Amino acid sequence: MTAPYHSIVIGGGHNGLTCAAYLARAGKRVLVLEAADRVGGAAVTRSFAPGFKVSACAHLLHQMPQDIITDLGLIRHGLVFAAEAMPTISLAADGPHLRLPARVNGGLSGEDVTAYSTFMARMRRFAAHLRPMLSRTPPRLGTGTAADNGALLRLAWEIRSLGRTGMRDLLRIIGMNMYDLVEECFASPALRAAVAFDAVLGTNFGPRSPGTVLTFLYRLAAESGACGAAMAQPRGGMGTVSDALAAAAQAAGAEIRVAARVARVAVRDDRAVGVLLADGETIAGRHVISNADPRTTFLNLLGAEHLDTGFVRRIDHFRQRGLTAKVHLALSAAPPFRDLALAGLRSRMIIAPSLSYVETAFNATKYGDYSASPAMEIVVPTASDATMAPAAQHVLSAVVQYAPYSHTDGWSAVKQNFLDRIIETIETYAPGLRGLIIAAELLTPADIETEFGISGGHWHHGELAFDQFFMVRPVPGATQYESPLEGFFLCGAGSHPGGGVMGLGGRNAARQVLKKAA
Amino acid sequence: MSDAANRPPHFKQPLLTTPFHSRTRACSTVDQFVAWAGYTTVDVYTTVEQEYFAIRNACSVYDLTPMVKYRITGKDAENYLNRLVTRDVRRVKPGRVAYSVWCNDDGHLIDDGTIFRLETGEFLLCTAARQLDWLLDSAIGFDVAVEEVTESIAALSLQGPTSCAVLKALGLRGVERLRPFDIGRFVLGGADMTVSRTGFTGDLGYELWMTPADAVSVWDRLMIAGASSGIRPIGSQALDMARIEAGFIMPNIDFVPAEASVRIGRGRSPFELGLEWLVDLKKGHFNGRRALVAEQKRGAARRLVGLDIDGNKPALKALLYADKSCRREIGAISSALWSPTCKRNIALGLVDAPYFETGRQVWAEIYLCRELEWERRVARGVVVEKPFYAPARRKVTPAWDR
Repeated sequence: MTAPYHSIVIGGGHNGLTCAAYLARAGKRVLVLEAADRVGGAAVTRSFAPGFKVSACAHLLHQMPQDIITDLGLIRHGLVFAAEAMPTISLAADGPHLRLPARVNGGLSGEDVTAYSTFMARMRRFAAHLRPMLSRTPPRLGTGTAADNGALLRLAWEIRSLGRTGMRDLLRIIGMNMYDLVEECFASPALRAAVAFDAVLGTNFGPRSPGTVLTFLYRLAAESGACGAAMAQPRGGMGTVSDALAAAAQAAGAEIRVAARVARVAVRDDRAVGVLLADGETIAGRHVISNADPRTTFLNLLGAEHLDTGFVRRIDHFRQRGLTAKVHLALSAAPPFRDLALAGLRSRMIIAPSLSYVETAFNATKYGDYSASPAMEIVVPTASDATMAPAAQHVLSAVVQYAPYSHTDGWSAVKQNFLDRIIETIETYAPGLRGLIIAAELLTPADIETEFGISGGHWHHGELAFDQFFMVRPVPGATQYESPLEGFFLCGAGSHPGGGVMGLGGRNAARQVLKKAA
Repeated sequence: MSDAANRPPHFKQPLLTTPFHSRTRACSTVDQFVAWAGYTTVDVYTTVEQEYFAIRNACSVYDLTPMVKYRITGKDAENYLNRLVTRDVRRVKPGRVAYSVWCNDDGHLIDDGTIFRLETGEFLLCTAARQLDWLLDSAIGFDVAVEEVTESIAALSLQGPTSCAVLKALGLRGVERLRPFDIGRFVLGGADMTVSRTGFTGDLGYELWMTPADAVSVWDRLMIAGASSGIRPIGSQALDMARIEAGFIMPNIDFVPAEASVRIGRGRSPFELGLEWLVDLKKGHFNGRRALVAEQKRGAARRLVGLDIDGNKPALKALLYADKSCRREIGAISSALWSPTCKRNIALGLVDAPYFETGRQVWAEIYLCRELEWERRVARGVVVEKPFYAPARRKVTPAWDR
């Protein structure tokens, strides 16, 4: 029987690894247990056809703060970017594509170009005031403690320091929907849609859904301090980020075990005391930190018998069904996007020609169907990184909005039809694409649930919406990275500040564990 | 055609009738009915006093059918209930009943009720109010089935010193050997009947559980068998007198169910309600345990206690003070009664620390309406132990059967 670990982290996703790295750097004995054969969770690179590799879930790095990269020495541990500061191109079926950041081109009027830069400056200013709260532990209401009161005051001050007009503007728009806001600001349908698309990407929202201005600001806030000038593509895919995090954690002294599936959290005297692996092994630890999503964490790993009904009810009601699918295409040549040469493919392309296109795509999912004409975020990793495919061949990776978690007719019956619809949609912008396809893979939210162990298959482990946000994320009783059970913590995307390959959840959780352990 | 199919639409029949209705209706002389859990039930048959004395001196029959009943079955039934309620259900053997309470996450009472362990994996939970939502949410993560069976079980409560004699006269051989909280199974005129030695009066008594089809014949046989033992149907008002004497609490009277309260601070813990004997903090996790452990450390700020008030005017809803001049308010009375059996003016009230300690003196501000003229009295009260009335026969086995 070995001495108990200071901390056992369940799940080697990027937050789990970040958390372990920070704990190990603080001199604690840490063990990371990953169920899969490799670390990374949803930030992994894997093969999907012979010779073709892809970032299987997240495919761009745009929210990882520069200070985490610096703190953990991720560049030293192997993180290299194949592309940085990637522009966004909103594809047009005919006529010029829209390129962002906007220039006077692509049929955009001079007014819209000015309006876009004014709009982004306004949003970035708000985002800059929201950004500090991402790396802090959110306060709890009603505790009366100095720490919580201080944090609430700081939050109030951040908003107040926008000035009278700025604060009034922020409070006016923050509960709004993106559809109304972009209509106020721009004339170009493509520009409106391109901006609104970022607000709904990875969510269960359409542009008209309330609260989408919040998700947009949130995304901007996370991007504002990010490495690689926001949109970046790691060489070797997202797996490189996870490998670098793992190497940094190990260098700091953390142990990492893969293919070690945790079956249960061990509880004694109403305290987490370690974990029980699926193969029957028990490992003792004084703190157990779950990188898994809230439902998996509380209902599967811990078990309702250790929790109160009201809390379980909140976890059960936590909205964590994904609405986002992923498509991977192995291509025998560069995808023939109209008017885009290889250099043009080193960008983030989106299919969101108009607001009503995106909203209509969203409508179908309300009734349990996939979008007949989905909106998409497309990258061609091989345009900047030859290691992802055989020579002269290419990979196309697309985030597809929207696909319901469970289809009315059952995914097995309609999955191929959906893939065909996706390929047809892309082909509208890249005529002749179909003839180049060597292999194709579609991951529905249900597939994402199975492959990455995320209950509901939501990228953020749960919807980012006002009622599941900041102080109440994931649910009251499990905020501040803690849980109702002594010694049991959370560090995943289900906690503040949520998903996106950021690492902040992991870092914040490590700080909270150290504070509690002190 | 089933009863449900024959029934008029719900909006035309807002209150249901129990399977005993034809009989209870016939016995009602003053036409005083009250709605209880969606049923129309008798509040008073003749006079409250007459019915009360049947409980205390003879044998009373109370239609218990509206009592909400949940059947809980499945592999995890025991674990489920053990997590739900404050007592250790593992200690309740098949064929036994346990009185318990259950709490929300804050350790505040949702309700109290009785748990019947019919078989190892089959329980019946009986409570005053419906709460299927809480029970179903509590089932998340447990292999258990929760089903409301209120309508499919008719029930009568037979309480009083001659209740065992009546059951024996009815032909239930060996019923006197049931210990308090035992469950027995009997056959009566070809009909199966379950009998538990339980009740809400603090005296010897039984509860009879049967299928609705047998209800009327059981009632008729009971009335014949009990004629020489002073049997009498009673309404809710008489029962309420007996339960105050027995020190039992009522939801919405002595506490507000936690999940139904709107205002912050209205929830009451089992410690505050004087029910700590029902709380087993050592049995493992259960709903509200963490909050109750914390509350135990803090110590109680108030407590529901028994009070003996001077004079003979029931201190209904009176405010309580530390001083006769009524300057320092320390609590309020929730149930009050001139107890005809104890010959004492008794009450249940929530009292702040440290005044809830036994023997402490408090002052009750009582308002009396005498022919539309209001009088204010300040009466001395003393905190006393509950129950107010607890005859030895309630626990004796074999039970009195004469």
